[in-house]
Amino acid sequence: MSARRLRRRLVSGTMTALVAVLSFVAVLALVLILGHLVAKGASSLDWSFFVRNPVPAGQSGGGVANAIVGTVIIVGLAALIGLPIGIGTGLYLAEYGVGRLGWTVRFVADVLNGTPSIVIGIFAWTWLVKPMGTFSALAGSVALAALMVPMIARTTEEMVRLVPHSLREAALALGYPRWRTSLRVIARTAMAGILTGCLVGIARIAGETAPLLFTALGNLNFTTAISQPMQTLSLQIFTYATGPFDEWHRLAWAAALVLMGLVLVLALAARWALRSRHGTAR
Amino acid sequence: MAQPADARLQLETARLTALYGRRAVVKDVSILFPTHTVTALIGPSGCGKTTFLRCLNRMHELSEGGWITGRVLLDGEDIYDPAVDAVRLRRRIGMVFQRPTPFPTMSIFDNVAAGLRVNGGRPKAELDAAVEGALRRAALWDEVKDRLRHSALALSGGQQQRLCVARALAPEPEVLLLDEPTASLDPAGTQHIEELCHELKNRYTIVIVTHNLQQAARISDYTGFFYLGDLVELGRTEELFTKPTKEQTEAYITGRFG
Repeated sequence: MSARRLRRRLVSGTMTALVAVLSFVAVLALVLILGHLVAKGASSLDWSFFVRNPVPAGQSGGGVANAIVGTVIIVGLAALIGLPIGIGTGLYLAEYGVGRLGWTVRFVADVLNGTPSIVIGIFAWTWLVKPMGTFSALAGSVALAALMVPMIARTTEEMVRLVPHSLREAALALGYPRWRTSLRVIARTAMAGILTGCLVGIARIAGETAPLLFTALGNLNFTTAISQPMQTLSLQIFTYATGPFDEWHRLAWAAALVLMGLVLVLALAARWALRSRHGTAR
Repeated sequence: MAQPADARLQLETARLTALYGRRAVVKDVSILFPTHTVTALIGPSGCGKTTFLRCLNRMHELSEGGWITGRVLLDGEDIYDPAVDAVRLRRRIGMVFQRPTPFPTMSIFDNVAAGLRVNGGRPKAELDAAVEGALRRAALWDEVKDRLRHSALALSGGQQQRLCVARALAPEPEVLLLDEPTASLDPAGTQHIEELCHELKNRYTIVIVTHNLQQAARISDYTGFFYLGDLVELGRTEELFTKPTKEQTEAYITGRFG
Protein backbone atom coordinates (compact mmCIF):
# COMPACT_ATOMS: atom_id res chain seq x y z
CA MET A 1 0.00 0.00 0.00
CA SER A 2 2.66 2.47 0.97
CA ALA A 3 4.85 1.35 -1.92
CA ARG A 4 2.04 2.28 -4.22
CA ARG A 5 1.70 5.64 -2.58
CA LEU A 6 5.41 6.26 -2.91
CA ARG A 7 5.28 5.34 -6.59
CA ARG A 8 2.35 7.65 -7.13
CA ARG A 9 4.13 10.51 -5.45
CA LEU A 10 7.27 9.86 -7.44
CA VAL A 11 5.42 9.84 -10.77
CA SER A 12 3.48 12.96 -9.82
CA GLY A 13 6.63 14.78 -8.76
CA THR A 14 8.54 13.81 -11.90
CA MET A 15 5.73 14.87 -14.22
CA THR A 16 5.28 18.19 -12.43
CA ALA A 17 8.99 18.90 -12.73
CA LEU A 18 8.95 17.90 -16.40
CA VAL A 19 6.11 20.22 -17.40
CA ALA A 20 7.71 23.02 -15.36
CA VAL A 21 10.97 22.63 -17.29
CA LEU A 22 9.13 22.51 -20.64
CA SER A 23 7.14 25.65 -19.82
CA PHE A 24 10.36 27.33 -18.81
CA VAL A 25 11.94 26.47 -22.18
CA ALA A 26 8.92 27.87 -24.02
CA VAL A 27 8.95 31.12 -22.06
CA LEU A 28 12.73 31.32 -22.29
CA ALA A 29 12.59 31.40 -26.10
CA LEU A 30 10.16 34.30 -25.99
CA VAL A 31 12.19 36.19 -23.41
CA LEU A 32 15.42 35.67 -25.36
CA ILE A 33 13.87 36.95 -28.59
CA LEU A 34 12.29 39.96 -26.93
CA GLY A 35 15.44 40.72 -24.92
CA HIS A 36 17.65 40.47 -27.99
CA LEU A 37 15.31 42.74 -29.95
CA VAL A 38 15.30 45.35 -27.23
CA ALA A 39 19.08 45.16 -26.77
CA LYS A 40 19.77 45.54 -30.48
CA GLY A 41 16.95 47.82 -31.52
CA ALA A 42 16.00 50.08 -28.63
CA SER A 43 19.04 52.35 -29.00
CA SER A 44 18.01 53.23 -32.57
CA LEU A 45 14.49 54.22 -31.59
CA ASP A 46 14.07 57.96 -31.52
CA TRP A 47 11.52 60.40 -32.82
CA SER A 48 13.09 60.69 -36.27
CA PHE A 49 12.95 56.90 -36.68
CA PHE A 50 9.17 57.12 -36.58
CA VAL A 51 8.64 60.28 -38.65
CA ARG A 52 11.38 60.17 -41.31
CA ASN A 53 11.58 58.16 -44.48
CA PRO A 54 14.57 55.98 -45.43
CA VAL A 55 17.67 57.74 -46.75
CA PRO A 56 19.77 56.43 -49.66
CA ALA A 57 22.16 53.58 -48.93
CA GLY A 58 25.47 54.73 -47.50
CA GLN A 59 24.04 57.64 -45.56
CA SER A 60 23.25 57.19 -41.90
CA GLY A 61 19.99 58.05 -40.14
CA GLY A 62 16.55 57.97 -41.66
CA GLY A 63 13.44 56.25 -40.41
CA VAL A 64 10.63 53.94 -41.33
CA ALA A 65 7.65 56.31 -41.41
CA ASN A 66 6.70 55.00 -44.86
CA ALA A 67 6.80 51.40 -43.64
CA ILE A 68 4.71 52.09 -40.53
CA VAL A 69 2.03 53.89 -42.54
CA GLY A 70 2.26 51.20 -45.22
CA THR A 71 1.77 48.43 -42.66
CA VAL A 72 -1.29 50.16 -41.22
CA ILE A 73 -2.81 50.71 -44.69
CA ILE A 74 -2.10 47.24 -46.08
CA VAL A 75 -3.09 45.37 -42.92
CA GLY A 76 -6.12 47.63 -42.41
CA LEU A 77 -7.32 47.06 -45.94
CA ALA A 78 -6.72 43.32 -45.60
CA ALA A 79 -8.82 43.31 -42.40
CA LEU A 80 -11.54 45.30 -44.15
CA ILE A 81 -11.70 42.68 -46.89
CA GLY A 82 -10.97 39.59 -44.84
CA LEU A 83 -12.94 40.05 -41.61
CA PRO A 84 -16.47 40.30 -43.07
CA ILE A 85 -15.85 37.32 -45.35
CA GLY A 86 -14.22 35.31 -42.57
CA ILE A 87 -16.85 36.07 -39.94
CA GLY A 88 -19.67 35.49 -42.41
CA THR A 89 -18.21 32.15 -43.45
CA GLY A 90 -17.73 31.15 -39.81
CA LEU A 91 -21.34 32.01 -38.96
CA TYR A 92 -22.53 30.07 -41.97
CA LEU A 93 -20.46 27.03 -41.02
CA ALA A 94 -21.66 27.04 -37.42
CA GLU A 95 -25.32 27.74 -38.12
CA TYR A 96 -26.06 26.13 -41.46
CA GLY A 97 -22.89 24.23 -42.26
CA VAL A 98 -24.25 20.72 -42.29
CA GLY A 99 -24.27 18.50 -45.34
CA ARG A 100 -22.00 18.52 -48.36
CA LEU A 101 -21.58 22.25 -48.86
CA GLY A 102 -20.65 22.82 -45.23
CA TRP A 103 -18.21 19.95 -45.33
CA THR A 104 -16.63 21.30 -48.51
CA VAL A 105 -16.26 24.84 -47.20
CA ARG A 106 -14.74 23.53 -43.97
CA PHE A 107 -12.31 21.33 -45.90
CA VAL A 108 -11.24 24.18 -48.20
CA ALA A 109 -10.75 26.45 -45.19
CA ASP A 110 -8.56 23.86 -43.48
CA VAL A 111 -6.46 23.35 -46.61
CA LEU A 112 -6.09 27.11 -47.07
CA ASN A 113 -5.11 27.39 -43.43
CA GLY A 114 -2.25 25.01 -44.06
CA THR A 115 -1.15 26.60 -47.33
CA PRO A 116 2.27 28.25 -47.09
CA SER A 117 1.82 32.00 -47.27
CA ILE A 118 4.29 32.32 -50.14
CA VAL A 119 1.97 30.18 -52.28
CA ILE A 120 -0.87 32.59 -51.56
CA GLY A 121 1.50 35.37 -52.66
CA ILE A 122 2.17 33.64 -55.96
CA PHE A 123 -1.55 33.37 -56.62
CA ALA A 124 -2.07 37.04 -55.81
CA TRP A 125 0.75 37.86 -58.23
CA THR A 126 -0.79 35.73 -60.99
CA TRP A 127 -4.31 37.04 -60.58
CA LEU A 128 -3.77 40.65 -59.57
CA VAL A 129 -0.24 41.95 -60.19
CA LYS A 130 0.08 40.49 -63.66
CA PRO A 131 -3.30 41.61 -65.06
CA MET A 132 -2.93 45.06 -63.43
CA GLY A 133 0.59 45.40 -64.78
CA THR A 134 2.01 46.74 -61.52
CA PHE A 135 2.84 45.73 -57.99
CA SER A 136 0.43 47.36 -55.58
CA ALA A 137 -0.58 47.67 -51.96
CA LEU A 138 -4.04 46.46 -52.95
CA ALA A 139 -2.63 43.17 -54.25
CA GLY A 140 -0.75 42.79 -50.96
CA SER A 141 -3.91 43.40 -48.98
CA VAL A 142 -5.82 40.84 -50.99
CA ALA A 143 -3.06 38.27 -50.41
CA LEU A 144 -3.11 38.93 -46.67
CA ALA A 145 -6.92 38.84 -46.61
CA ALA A 146 -6.82 35.43 -48.29
CA LEU A 147 -4.51 34.24 -45.53
CA MET A 148 -6.84 35.62 -42.93
CA VAL A 149 -10.23 34.39 -44.11
CA PRO A 150 -9.84 30.68 -43.29
CA MET A 151 -8.31 31.51 -39.91
CA ILE A 152 -11.13 33.87 -38.95
CA ALA A 153 -13.79 31.54 -40.34
CA ARG A 154 -12.64 28.60 -38.26
CA THR A 155 -12.26 30.58 -35.00
CA THR A 156 -15.66 32.22 -35.52
CA GLU A 157 -17.20 28.80 -36.08
CA GLU A 158 -15.61 27.44 -32.90
CA MET A 159 -16.75 30.42 -30.85
CA VAL A 160 -20.33 30.24 -32.13
CA ARG A 161 -20.41 26.52 -31.38
CA LEU A 162 -19.51 27.28 -27.77
CA VAL A 163 -22.80 29.13 -27.29
CA PRO A 164 -25.14 26.74 -25.44
CA HIS A 165 -27.90 25.17 -27.49
CA SER A 166 -30.44 26.12 -24.82
CA LEU A 167 -29.95 29.79 -25.68
CA ARG A 168 -30.84 29.17 -29.31
CA GLU A 169 -33.97 27.25 -28.27
CA ALA A 170 -34.98 30.03 -25.89
CA ALA A 171 -34.83 32.57 -28.73
CA LEU A 172 -36.69 30.35 -31.18
CA ALA A 173 -39.40 29.56 -28.61
CA LEU A 174 -39.85 33.30 -28.18
CA GLY A 175 -40.74 33.63 -31.85
CA TYR A 176 -37.36 34.73 -33.19
CA PRO A 177 -36.85 33.88 -36.85
CA ARG A 178 -33.79 31.77 -37.39
CA TRP A 179 -31.60 34.48 -38.95
CA ARG A 180 -32.42 36.84 -36.12
CA THR A 181 -31.56 34.18 -33.56
CA SER A 182 -28.19 33.76 -35.25
CA LEU A 183 -27.38 37.47 -35.30
CA ARG A 184 -29.06 38.93 -32.20
CA VAL A 185 -28.51 36.11 -29.75
CA ILE A 186 -25.89 33.64 -30.93
CA ALA A 187 -23.40 35.96 -32.65
CA ARG A 188 -23.73 38.56 -29.92
CA THR A 189 -23.05 36.02 -27.22
CA ALA A 190 -20.00 34.74 -29.09
CA MET A 191 -18.83 38.28 -29.90
CA ALA A 192 -15.96 38.43 -27.41
CA GLY A 193 -14.47 35.22 -28.76
CA ILE A 194 -14.96 36.28 -32.38
CA LEU A 195 -13.32 39.65 -31.68
CA THR A 196 -10.35 37.94 -30.07
CA GLY A 197 -10.03 35.68 -33.10
CA CYS A 198 -10.04 38.74 -35.37
CA LEU A 199 -7.32 40.52 -33.40
CA VAL A 200 -5.16 37.41 -33.30
CA GLY A 201 -5.69 37.04 -37.06
CA ILE A 202 -4.67 40.65 -37.69
CA ALA A 203 -1.59 40.20 -35.51
CA ARG A 204 -0.69 37.09 -37.50
CA ILE A 205 -0.81 38.80 -40.90
CA ALA A 206 0.87 42.00 -39.68
CA GLY A 207 4.15 40.11 -39.56
CA GLU A 208 3.77 38.30 -42.89
CA THR A 209 6.51 38.98 -45.43
CA ALA A 210 6.43 36.25 -48.06
CA PRO A 211 3.07 37.05 -49.67
CA LEU A 212 4.02 40.72 -49.88
CA LEU A 213 7.30 40.13 -51.71
CA PHE A 214 5.65 39.88 -55.10
CA THR A 215 2.52 41.88 -54.41
CA ALA A 216 3.17 45.06 -52.41
CA LEU A 217 6.87 44.75 -53.34
CA GLY A 218 8.14 47.53 -51.09
CA ASN A 219 8.85 51.18 -51.70
CA LEU A 220 11.59 53.44 -50.39
CA ASN A 221 9.35 56.48 -50.69
CA PHE A 222 6.37 57.51 -48.68
CA THR A 223 3.07 56.74 -50.39
CA THR A 224 -0.56 56.22 -49.47
CA ALA A 225 -1.74 55.24 -52.95
CA ILE A 226 -2.97 51.66 -52.79
CA SER A 227 -2.52 51.21 -56.54
CA GLN A 228 1.24 51.71 -56.07
CA PRO A 229 3.95 49.52 -54.54
CA MET A 230 4.08 50.16 -50.82
CA GLN A 231 6.51 49.48 -48.00
CA THR A 232 5.66 47.54 -44.86
CA LEU A 233 7.69 46.94 -41.72
CA SER A 234 8.14 43.27 -42.57
CA LEU A 235 9.42 44.08 -46.09
CA GLN A 236 11.69 46.77 -44.69
CA ILE A 237 13.15 44.32 -42.19
CA PHE A 238 13.70 41.81 -44.98
CA THR A 239 15.47 44.35 -47.18
CA TYR A 240 17.61 45.83 -44.42
CA ALA A 241 18.51 42.56 -42.72
CA THR A 242 19.68 40.95 -45.94
CA GLY A 243 21.54 44.06 -47.12
CA PRO A 244 25.30 44.60 -46.85
CA PHE A 245 25.44 47.71 -44.61
CA ASP A 246 25.82 47.82 -40.83
CA GLU A 247 23.57 50.87 -40.77
CA TRP A 248 20.80 48.82 -42.43
CA HIS A 249 21.22 46.01 -39.91
CA ARG A 250 20.84 48.51 -37.10
CA LEU A 251 17.62 49.86 -38.65
CA ALA A 252 16.32 46.33 -39.24
CA TRP A 253 16.60 45.56 -35.52
CA ALA A 254 14.76 48.75 -34.66
CA ALA A 255 12.01 48.05 -37.22
CA ALA A 256 11.66 44.50 -35.87
CA LEU A 257 11.18 45.92 -32.39
CA VAL A 258 8.48 48.29 -33.65
CA LEU A 259 6.67 45.46 -35.45
CA MET A 260 6.86 43.28 -32.35
CA GLY A 261 5.43 46.17 -30.32
CA LEU A 262 2.52 46.54 -32.75
CA VAL A 263 1.68 42.85 -32.50
CA LEU A 264 1.98 42.99 -28.73
CA VAL A 265 -0.49 45.87 -28.56
CA LEU A 266 -2.96 43.89 -30.68
CA ALA A 267 -2.56 40.84 -28.47
CA LEU A 268 -3.17 42.91 -25.37
CA ALA A 269 -6.22 44.47 -26.99
CA ALA A 270 -7.53 40.97 -27.67
CA ARG A 271 -7.06 40.05 -24.01
CA TRP A 272 -8.81 43.18 -22.91
CA ALA A 273 -11.73 42.65 -25.28
CA LEU A 274 -12.21 39.16 -23.90
CA ARG A 275 -12.23 40.31 -20.30
CA SER A 276 -14.63 43.20 -20.67
CA ARG A 277 -18.39 43.01 -20.52
CA HIS A 278 -19.00 39.83 -22.53
CA GLY A 279 -16.86 37.74 -20.20
CA THR A 280 -19.37 34.92 -20.29
CA ALA A 281 -18.86 33.87 -23.87
CA ARG A 282 -16.50 31.11 -22.92
CA MET B 1 -61.94 11.83 -20.35
CA ALA B 2 -62.84 13.25 -16.99
CA GLN B 3 -62.95 16.78 -18.29
CA PRO B 4 -66.05 18.97 -18.34
CA ALA B 5 -67.63 19.02 -21.76
CA ASP B 6 -68.77 22.60 -21.47
CA ALA B 7 -65.36 24.16 -20.76
CA ARG B 8 -63.93 26.22 -23.60
CA LEU B 9 -60.98 24.47 -25.20
CA GLN B 10 -57.88 26.43 -25.96
CA LEU B 11 -55.56 23.68 -27.01
CA GLU B 12 -56.14 20.18 -28.16
CA THR B 13 -54.09 17.36 -29.61
CA ALA B 14 -55.71 14.75 -31.80
CA ARG B 15 -53.91 11.43 -32.27
CA LEU B 16 -50.56 13.17 -32.02
CA THR B 17 -47.55 10.98 -32.73
CA ALA B 18 -44.08 12.49 -32.49
CA LEU B 19 -41.11 10.84 -34.15
CA TYR B 20 -37.36 11.11 -34.46
CA GLY B 21 -36.68 9.65 -37.87
CA ARG B 22 -38.63 6.39 -37.76
CA ARG B 23 -38.72 6.08 -33.96
CA ALA B 24 -41.97 7.21 -32.36
CA VAL B 25 -41.43 8.70 -28.89
CA VAL B 26 -44.99 9.96 -28.42
CA LYS B 27 -47.71 7.61 -29.65
CA ASP B 28 -51.21 8.57 -30.64
CA VAL B 29 -51.88 11.04 -27.83
CA SER B 30 -55.15 12.99 -27.64
CA ILE B 31 -55.54 15.53 -24.86
CA LEU B 32 -57.90 18.46 -24.36
CA PHE B 33 -56.56 21.51 -22.53
CA PRO B 34 -59.46 23.66 -21.25
CA THR B 35 -58.91 27.41 -21.21
CA HIS B 36 -57.29 28.83 -18.06
CA THR B 37 -56.44 25.54 -16.43
CA VAL B 38 -53.16 23.95 -15.40
CA THR B 39 -52.40 20.53 -16.82
CA ALA B 40 -49.43 18.60 -15.45
CA LEU B 41 -47.69 15.89 -17.45
CA ILE B 42 -45.88 13.30 -15.34
CA GLY B 43 -44.00 10.09 -16.03
CA PRO B 44 -40.54 8.55 -15.77
CA SER B 45 -37.57 9.98 -17.70
CA GLY B 46 -37.69 9.27 -21.39
CA CYS B 47 -41.46 8.70 -21.45
CA GLY B 48 -41.99 11.35 -24.12
CA LYS B 49 -43.63 14.05 -22.02
CA THR B 50 -41.08 16.75 -22.92
CA THR B 51 -41.23 15.81 -26.60
CA PHE B 52 -45.02 16.04 -26.41
CA LEU B 53 -44.74 19.51 -24.89
CA ARG B 54 -42.35 20.58 -27.65
CA CYS B 55 -44.91 19.56 -30.26
CA LEU B 56 -47.35 22.10 -28.86
CA ASN B 57 -45.28 25.08 -30.06
CA ARG B 58 -43.62 23.32 -32.99
CA MET B 59 -40.20 23.19 -31.35
CA HIS B 60 -40.00 19.43 -31.88
CA GLU B 61 -39.61 19.85 -35.62
CA LEU B 62 -36.41 21.84 -35.03
CA SER B 63 -34.72 18.81 -33.47
CA GLU B 64 -32.79 16.65 -35.89
CA GLY B 65 -35.15 14.22 -37.57
CA GLY B 66 -38.18 15.51 -35.64
CA TRP B 67 -41.62 15.26 -37.24
CA ILE B 68 -45.19 14.46 -36.27
CA THR B 69 -48.42 12.92 -37.43
CA GLY B 70 -51.83 13.87 -36.11
CA ARG B 71 -53.07 17.32 -35.25
CA VAL B 72 -52.58 20.07 -32.69
CA LEU B 73 -55.38 22.62 -32.52
CA LEU B 74 -54.99 26.08 -31.00
CA ASP B 75 -58.34 27.86 -30.76
CA GLY B 76 -59.66 25.34 -33.25
CA GLU B 77 -56.96 26.02 -35.82
CA ASP B 78 -54.46 23.32 -36.82
CA ILE B 79 -51.03 24.75 -36.00
CA TYR B 80 -49.36 22.28 -38.36
CA ASP B 81 -51.36 23.56 -41.31
CA PRO B 82 -48.91 24.57 -44.07
CA ALA B 83 -50.42 28.07 -44.03
CA VAL B 84 -49.38 28.60 -40.40
CA ASP B 85 -46.07 30.36 -39.83
CA ALA B 86 -44.27 28.50 -37.04
CA VAL B 87 -42.27 31.59 -36.03
CA ARG B 88 -45.44 33.67 -35.56
CA LEU B 89 -47.17 30.79 -33.83
CA ARG B 90 -44.46 30.60 -31.17
CA ARG B 91 -45.23 34.18 -30.20
CA ARG B 92 -48.70 32.99 -29.15
CA ILE B 93 -47.32 30.17 -27.02
CA GLY B 94 -44.76 31.01 -24.35
CA MET B 95 -42.23 28.44 -23.18
CA VAL B 96 -39.96 28.15 -20.15
CA PHE B 97 -37.20 25.56 -20.04
CA GLN B 98 -35.64 23.33 -17.44
CA ARG B 99 -32.66 25.57 -16.86
CA PRO B 100 -32.86 29.35 -16.80
CA THR B 101 -31.81 30.71 -20.20
CA PRO B 102 -31.46 34.48 -19.90
CA PHE B 103 -29.70 36.04 -22.90
CA PRO B 104 -26.25 36.76 -21.43
CA THR B 105 -25.48 39.87 -23.50
CA MET B 106 -28.76 41.59 -22.67
CA SER B 107 -29.85 43.55 -19.62
CA ILE B 108 -32.79 42.47 -17.46
CA PHE B 109 -35.01 44.94 -19.33
CA ASP B 110 -33.83 43.84 -22.76
CA ASN B 111 -34.38 40.19 -21.88
CA VAL B 112 -38.02 40.81 -21.06
CA ALA B 113 -38.44 43.13 -24.05
CA ALA B 114 -36.82 40.67 -26.46
CA GLY B 115 -40.05 38.93 -27.43
CA LEU B 116 -41.83 42.26 -27.88
CA ARG B 117 -39.13 43.79 -30.05
CA VAL B 118 -39.01 40.80 -32.36
CA ASN B 119 -42.70 41.37 -32.98
CA GLY B 120 -42.08 44.83 -34.43
CA GLY B 121 -41.21 48.16 -32.87
CA ARG B 122 -43.52 49.96 -30.47
CA PRO B 123 -43.40 53.27 -28.58
CA LYS B 124 -41.01 53.38 -25.64
CA ALA B 125 -43.73 54.10 -23.06
CA GLU B 126 -45.69 51.10 -24.24
CA LEU B 127 -42.60 48.91 -24.10
CA ASP B 128 -41.78 50.10 -20.58
CA ALA B 129 -45.29 49.35 -19.41
CA ALA B 130 -45.30 45.90 -21.00
CA VAL B 131 -41.95 44.99 -19.44
CA GLU B 132 -43.07 46.18 -16.01
CA GLY B 133 -46.34 44.28 -16.34
CA ALA B 134 -44.57 41.06 -17.29
CA LEU B 135 -42.07 41.39 -14.44
CA ARG B 136 -44.91 42.03 -11.97
CA ARG B 137 -46.81 38.97 -13.16
CA ALA B 138 -43.63 36.93 -12.74
CA ALA B 139 -43.30 38.33 -9.18
CA LEU B 140 -39.87 39.71 -9.96
CA TRP B 141 -40.55 43.44 -10.33
CA ASP B 142 -39.81 44.48 -6.75
CA GLU B 143 -36.47 42.69 -6.78
CA VAL B 144 -35.17 44.14 -10.06
CA LYS B 145 -36.93 47.47 -10.59
CA ASP B 146 -33.82 49.43 -9.53
CA ARG B 147 -31.43 47.54 -11.77
CA LEU B 148 -33.26 46.95 -15.02
CA ARG B 149 -30.17 47.96 -16.99
CA HIS B 150 -27.91 45.45 -15.24
CA SER B 151 -26.89 42.16 -16.79
CA ALA B 152 -29.41 39.37 -16.36
CA LEU B 153 -26.56 37.12 -15.27
CA ALA B 154 -26.26 39.00 -11.96
CA LEU B 155 -29.53 37.42 -10.82
CA SER B 156 -29.76 34.22 -8.77
CA GLY B 157 -30.91 30.99 -10.41
CA GLY B 158 -34.45 31.37 -9.10
CA GLN B 159 -34.63 34.99 -10.19
CA GLN B 160 -33.27 34.06 -13.63
CA GLN B 161 -36.02 31.48 -14.01
CA ARG B 162 -38.69 34.03 -13.07
CA LEU B 163 -37.05 36.39 -15.56
CA CYS B 164 -37.54 33.71 -18.20
CA VAL B 165 -41.19 33.44 -17.15
CA ALA B 166 -41.51 37.22 -17.51
CA ARG B 167 -39.83 37.04 -20.91
CA ALA B 168 -42.30 34.39 -22.00
CA LEU B 169 -45.26 36.40 -20.66
CA ALA B 170 -44.32 39.78 -22.14
CA PRO B 171 -45.63 39.09 -25.68
CA GLU B 172 -49.03 38.16 -24.11
CA PRO B 173 -49.20 34.52 -25.18
CA GLU B 174 -52.39 32.50 -24.81
CA VAL B 175 -50.69 29.34 -23.65
CA LEU B 176 -47.69 28.85 -21.36
CA LEU B 177 -45.58 25.70 -21.65
CA LEU B 178 -43.34 24.91 -18.69
CA ASP B 179 -40.73 22.17 -19.12
CA GLU B 180 -39.67 21.14 -15.62
CA PRO B 181 -39.28 24.79 -14.68
CA THR B 182 -38.16 24.06 -11.12
CA ALA B 183 -35.73 21.21 -11.87
CA SER B 184 -32.68 23.37 -11.23
CA LEU B 185 -34.10 25.54 -8.44
CA ASP B 186 -33.87 25.36 -4.65
CA PRO B 187 -37.04 24.94 -2.52
CA ALA B 188 -37.61 28.69 -2.21
CA GLY B 189 -37.31 29.22 -5.95
CA THR B 190 -39.59 26.24 -6.56
CA GLN B 191 -42.24 27.64 -4.27
CA HIS B 192 -42.09 30.98 -6.08
CA ILE B 193 -42.69 29.34 -9.45
CA GLU B 194 -45.52 27.20 -8.09
CA GLU B 195 -47.28 30.21 -6.62
CA LEU B 196 -46.87 31.87 -10.00
CA CYS B 197 -48.70 29.02 -11.68
CA HIS B 198 -51.66 29.58 -9.41
CA GLU B 199 -51.88 33.24 -10.25
CA LEU B 200 -51.09 32.93 -13.93
CA LYS B 201 -53.82 30.45 -14.69
CA ASN B 202 -56.36 33.23 -14.44
CA ARG B 203 -54.94 34.57 -17.66
CA TYR B 204 -53.18 31.72 -19.39
CA THR B 205 -53.67 28.08 -20.19
CA ILE B 206 -50.71 26.29 -18.65
CA VAL B 207 -49.13 22.95 -19.49
CA ILE B 208 -46.34 21.88 -17.14
CA VAL B 209 -44.00 18.91 -17.40
CA THR B 210 -42.68 17.83 -14.03
CA HIS B 211 -40.80 15.02 -12.34
CA ASN B 212 -42.12 16.09 -9.01
CA LEU B 213 -45.40 14.34 -8.21
CA GLN B 214 -46.16 16.53 -5.20
CA GLN B 215 -45.73 19.53 -7.46
CA ALA B 216 -48.19 18.14 -9.98
CA ALA B 217 -50.66 17.43 -7.16
CA ARG B 218 -50.23 20.92 -5.70
CA ILE B 219 -50.59 23.09 -8.76
CA SER B 220 -52.52 21.32 -11.50
CA ASP B 221 -56.21 20.88 -12.30
CA TYR B 222 -55.58 17.95 -14.61
CA THR B 223 -52.77 15.43 -14.71
CA GLY B 224 -51.66 13.18 -17.52
CA PHE B 225 -49.43 10.16 -16.94
CA PHE B 226 -47.07 9.20 -19.76
CA TYR B 227 -45.25 5.91 -20.02
CA LEU B 228 -43.07 4.77 -22.94
CA GLY B 229 -44.64 7.32 -25.24
CA ASP B 230 -48.25 6.44 -24.42
CA LEU B 231 -50.67 8.58 -22.50
CA VAL B 232 -51.67 5.98 -19.94
CA GLU B 233 -54.18 8.02 -18.00
CA LEU B 234 -55.53 11.54 -17.89
CA GLY B 235 -57.91 12.95 -15.33
CA ARG B 236 -58.68 15.52 -12.69
CA THR B 237 -55.61 15.76 -10.56
CA GLU B 238 -57.21 14.80 -7.24
CA GLU B 239 -58.86 11.78 -8.85
CA LEU B 240 -55.74 10.60 -10.63
CA PHE B 241 -53.71 10.77 -7.46
CA THR B 242 -56.33 9.20 -5.16
CA LYS B 243 -58.19 6.76 -7.40
CA PRO B 244 -56.08 5.98 -10.46
CA THR B 245 -57.88 3.65 -12.84
CA LYS B 246 -54.81 2.08 -14.41
CA GLU B 247 -52.43 -0.20 -12.61
CA GLN B 248 -49.35 1.45 -14.15
CA THR B 249 -50.45 4.86 -12.91
CA GLU B 250 -50.92 3.56 -9.41
CA ALA B 251 -47.53 1.85 -9.48
CA TYR B 252 -45.85 5.09 -10.57
CA ILE B 253 -47.52 7.47 -8.15
CA THR B 254 -46.95 5.12 -5.24
CA GLY B 255 -43.27 4.98 -6.16
CA ARG B 256 -43.06 1.35 -7.22
CA PHE B 257 -41.19 2.27 -10.41
CA GLY B 258 -39.87 5.26 -12.37
